[in-house]
Amino acid sequence: MKQVKDFIIIDNCKIGEAYCKMRLAPADGSILPEMLPGQFVEVAVETPGVLLRRPISINDVDRQANILTLLVRNAGRGTSALIDMKAGERLNLLLPLGNGFSTEAPAGARLILIGGGVGVAPLLYLGKVLKEKGFEPEFLLGARTVADLLSLDDFKAVGKVHVCTEDGSEGVKGFVTAHPCLSEKATRYYCCGPAPMMKAVAKVARQNGVDCEVSLENMMACGLGACLCCVEKTVKGNVCVCTEGPVFNINELTWE
Amino acid sequence: MANLSVNIGGLELQNPVMTASGTFGYGEEFTPFIDINRLGAYIIKGTTLNPRQGNDYPRMVETPAGMLNAVGLQNKGVDYFIEHIYPRIKDYKSHLIVNVSGANVDDYAETARRLHPLDGVKAIEVNISCPNVKEGGMAFGTTTSGAAAVTKAVREAYPGKTLIVKLSPNVTSIADIARAVEAEGADSVSLINTLMGMSIDVEKRRPHLSTVTGGLSGPAVRPVAVRMVWQVAKAVKIPVVGLGGIMNGRDAIEFMLAGARAIEIGTANFVDPAVTMKVIDYMEDYCQRHGISDINEIVGCI
Repeated sequence: MKQVKDFIIIDNCKIGEAYCKMRLAPADGSILPEMLPGQFVEVAVETPGVLLRRPISINDVDRQANILTLLVRNAGRGTSALIDMKAGERLNLLLPLGNGFSTEAPAGARLILIGGGVGVAPLLYLGKVLKEKGFEPEFLLGARTVADLLSLDDFKAVGKVHVCTEDGSEGVKGFVTAHPCLSEKATRYYCCGPAPMMKAVAKVARQNGVDCEVSLENMMACGLGACLCCVEKTVKGNVCVCTEGPVFNINELTWE
Repeated sequence: MANLSVNIGGLELQNPVMTASGTFGYGEEFTPFIDINRLGAYIIKGTTLNPRQGNDYPRMVETPAGMLNAVGLQNKGVDYFIEHIYPRIKDYKSHLIVNVSGANVDDYAETARRLHPLDGVKAIEVNISCPNVKEGGMAFGTTTSGAAAVTKAVREAYPGKTLIVKLSPNVTSIADIARAVEAEGADSVSLINTLMGMSIDVEKRRPHLSTVTGGLSGPAVRPVAVRMVWQVAKAVKIPVVGLGGIMNGRDAIEFMLAGARAIEIGTANFVDPAVTMKVIDYMEDYCQRHGISDINEIVGCI
């Protein structure tokens, strides 16, 4: 059930200049609501000049510790204020929103989780859930340079990690689509990152006959399917990314 | 406890708080957060005769203390509404009001005619002020003759039930437009729809919206809206519904002091989906603090 809830920041670690990893617990001590990998939250940012909530994907859910983790990139005034927040401060969240990735697959399926930049965020929780279900998820993570590779150790704890950097400072040099692991057999790609990257991965998926789900981050206001601002063209017409997505199978989209 | 009920052109509302069309979906999106039965009325998404896909993405950008949108009346058309959506949402205790838009006068009238027999639709709000569609919409709302023509046609197609006309602020004299629709039989006017605006991404050197221009809403427009409500309330005898950047109870009272009999909450629903309930609570508290027994006492006291 969607809800509006106050959270307390347990800690907020800066990663370089442009990112932070924020761990949150419900302020009233209640148990975290059910959240699926690929779902997101809308964060109210109490800072001058910011009106709308900011959609942030769920990076991790620790049921035992009752902690929700968000990975935030500085993309403007709202997210920059989030990066500056300190442990002990309160945040108001609207959650959980959106549909989430599908986590059903045939036994022994090869599942590759492909992330670019801060798009790696939802793949950690997805990888953990897939692992719990008995799969061996692999990650293919891309970034501009080694400094933009976020939380690599967290991913390594869940599964095998392949790395690409545009400048070659770590792993294979180039875009994720250049990585040899994409020329091997696979059952499904899950992809989250900049639109050009997701479109390139979708193309590879079609060529290889691999099932592919992408997580879109269209600009949105309400997060509830009311404002109709975040629409994406699909085979069913314009649909709200916040309610029908953010995860779409590429067959639903009208990408070339 | 003070009386909060108000009358909008023959329609008795249990309190003055309504939701602005296009910001509240069909109401269902908000049931996890609020009790729709407590609202004065809920005005749902703009409905047209034929289905509309709306404008291309991007449709929205945040601006200082507001947002620009260019949704373009995406909806599945009046027949789909009547068959599939209406049955799900008609039985709330608060009044269902449908916002109606059209590309030409006949479309407005035909949509109103199809909604007229529905007992659960207590009123329609005619949108002659949408800045985001190429034909119709605001084109009718920016001249007295256009506004009068739509109102006349809809009045004939929608007799005996409450007809609210939603006005555009993108005009030289909103009071003249209000008088024109009053003369053609509108039971009430609501104002303001969004202010036409524009925003440019200077790095990419292109507009933020696919349509270049869009409609500005949120607290940025509030002083303009309050001024227009004040002017219109002095110009017409029919009740005025005020909207434009109402974020909380204080803002709602401001509109009522300026002359609004009821108010609509729009963009604030995106920030706090439970805001409408808080505004109703605030009104009760405000009346108590000020020794007001009936909220109608404060309407237009400026």
